[in-house]
Amino acid sequence: MTNPNFEFKPASDFIREDAPERYIYNMASDKHEIAISTHDLQVSYGDNLALSEGDLEFERYKITSLIGASGSGKSTVLRSLNRMNDDVATVNGQIMYRGVDINTKNIDVYEMRRHIGMVFQRPNPFAKSIYDNITFALTQRGNYTKEQLDEIVETSLKQAALWDQVKDELNKSALALSGGQAQRLVIARALALKPDILLLDEPSSALDPISSAQVEDTLIELKNQYTIIIVTHNMQQAARISDYTAFFHLGKVIEYDLTRKIFTRPKVALTNDYISGNFG
Amino acid sequence: MKAKTADKIATGFIYAISGIVALILFAMLSFILVRGVPHLSWHFLTSPARAFEAGGGVGVQLFNSFYLLILAMVISFPIALGAAIYLNEYAKKNYFTAIVRTAIEILSSLPSVVVGLFGFLLFVVQFKLGFSILSGAIALTLFNLPLLTRSIETSLAQIPDLQREAGSALGLSRWETVLHVILPAAVPSIVTGVVLSAGRVFGEAAALIYTAGQSAPALNFGDWNPFNISSPLNPMRPAETLAVHIWKINSEGIMPDVNAVSAGASAVLIIVVLLFNFSARKLGTKLYKKLTSS
Repeated sequence: MTNPNFEFKPASDFIREDAPERYIYNMASDKHEIAISTHDLQVSYGDNLALSEGDLEFERYKITSLIGASGSGKSTVLRSLNRMNDDVATVNGQIMYRGVDINTKNIDVYEMRRHIGMVFQRPNPFAKSIYDNITFALTQRGNYTKEQLDEIVETSLKQAALWDQVKDELNKSALALSGGQAQRLVIARALALKPDILLLDEPSSALDPISSAQVEDTLIELKNQYTIIIVTHNMQQAARISDYTAFFHLGKVIEYDLTRKIFTRPKVALTNDYISGNFG
Repeated sequence: MKAKTADKIATGFIYAISGIVALILFAMLSFILVRGVPHLSWHFLTSPARAFEAGGGVGVQLFNSFYLLILAMVISFPIALGAAIYLNEYAKKNYFTAIVRTAIEILSSLPSVVVGLFGFLLFVVQFKLGFSILSGAIALTLFNLPLLTRSIETSLAQIPDLQREAGSALGLSRWETVLHVILPAAVPSIVTGVVLSAGRVFGEAAALIYTAGQSAPALNFGDWNPFNISSPLNPMRPAETLAVHIWKINSEGIMPDVNAVSAGASAVLIIVVLLFNFSARKLGTKLYKKLTSS
C-alpha cells in the first residue's frame, strides 16, 4: 500500500546544475607521499561484482575514512588491501605497496600482513593472556629475549592507551577485558608487529560511546607513525579523525577528497545526500 | 482457547515429557545399582572370573575394558583430530568433502555388530590377528571414529571465525592459527567430547564379541612385558571385556552365582560410564579456566 503522506522526490531535485557525477582528489599532482595504491582493482564475490573502483591512492601518515552505505564496497576495498578476501572473493588488478604489486601469487601474504595490519569490527583477542596476545605473533617468527618482548608489550600497549589499565595484570586472560579495552588490546597486538599501514574495519561500531571515543583518540595519536585506513558508518567519526574521506556507492568511489571538503562542501550531490542522512 | 491457557497446557505437556525421560533413566539406573551394588567388593573387582564355581570376580574383564579403551582412543584420536581439522578448517565445499562427510555419516550409523563381524573377517581371519586386544581396538576405532570426528569438528566450529581472522591479520599461516589459536581454545570442548565417547566405547559389546573374543585368560599382574602371553599389556591376547562378560554370562553362564555376578558387573559398568559422563563436563570447565587463564 502506498503511503499518501510520503512524497517521493526525484533525484534531479538534489543535483545542482554544475554538480559532477564523481570527483576524485588527485594525490599525485599535489606531490603527496603514497603509502598504498590500487590500479584497475576489481573484486567480485562469485558472479557478483562488488567493487569496480580501479584506482585509489592513500597518503602516508594520514587517516583516510571510507564511508558509504552497506554493500557499497568500502569494506571490500579494505579487506582486499591486505588480501583478507583471498578465500572468499576474486580480486583482480594491482595493489602497489612500496613499489611491489602485492596482489600476485608469489607474494608471501603472511609476511605482507605484518606490514599491513588489520583490526576488525568486533574485538577478537585470543583466548590467551594479555601479554601472550601481543607477543604471540612475534615469537612465531623471530627470536626475542624476554626483555625485548617486555619492552614491545609496554610500548604497544602505551600506543594503544591501554598500558595504565592493564600493566599490573598482564597475565590475566584477555577475555576478561571490556569491549573497549579488548579492542585497544587488538590494536596494540597489531602495532606490536610494527606495521606500516593499519586497516580498521568499523573498529568502534561494536563499542559504547566512551570506549569508541578512546579508540578514536588512540587512532589520532597513532597517525604520526602509521598510515591508517578506516571503514566507518559513523559520519561524526569520519569527520573527527580523518584527513581524507572516500565516499563509496554501488562499488564505486563517488567522491574522494579532504575530509573537511567532503563534510562542508561536497562536490557531488549524492555525497551530500549520504552525509546529510538522506539515504544509507 | 486463550493464548495464555494454550501456553500453560503446552508448557505442562513439555515438562511432563521431560519428566518421563528423566524418570526412565532414574528407574533404570536405580534398578541396576540396587541389584548390583550389594555384590560389589574389593574381591569382586580384582579377582578373575570363575566358570563353574561361585565367588568369581571381574578383575580381568575390568582391566581389559580399560586397556582396550585406551588402545582404541590412542588409535582413533589422532585420526579423528586430523579429519576434524581438515573438515572444519581446510575443506572447501566441493564434491570430495561431500563424499567424506557422507562416508562419516554412514560409518556412524553402521550397527556395531556389523562393525564387529567386519572386524572379525578382516582383522581376526584375514590379517591373522586372532581374537586379540588389537583386533578389538581396531574394531572399536571404526565404531568410534565417526562420532569422535563429528564431536571434535563441532568443538572446532564453536570457535568463532573472528579468531581465525585475527590470526590471518597478524600474518600467521592457517596452520599456525589452527595449532596455536583454534586448538587451544577448543581443547576443553574436545576433551569433553573424548571423555564422553570413551564412556560409549567402554560399554560397547557387540563390536568386541567377534574381535577381542569372549575369553579372559588369567593374567599375571606382576609381568608387564607386553611380549609375554600372560602379561596384561600383551595386545595379542584375547580379552573379554566387562560388557562382553555381562552378555556372555547372561546367555551361557553356568556358575551358581551367575545372577549376582551379572548384577555386580552391570553395576560396575554403569558406575564407570556415569563417572566418565560426570567427569567430562567438570574436566572441560576446569581446562577452559586454566587454558584461558581467566
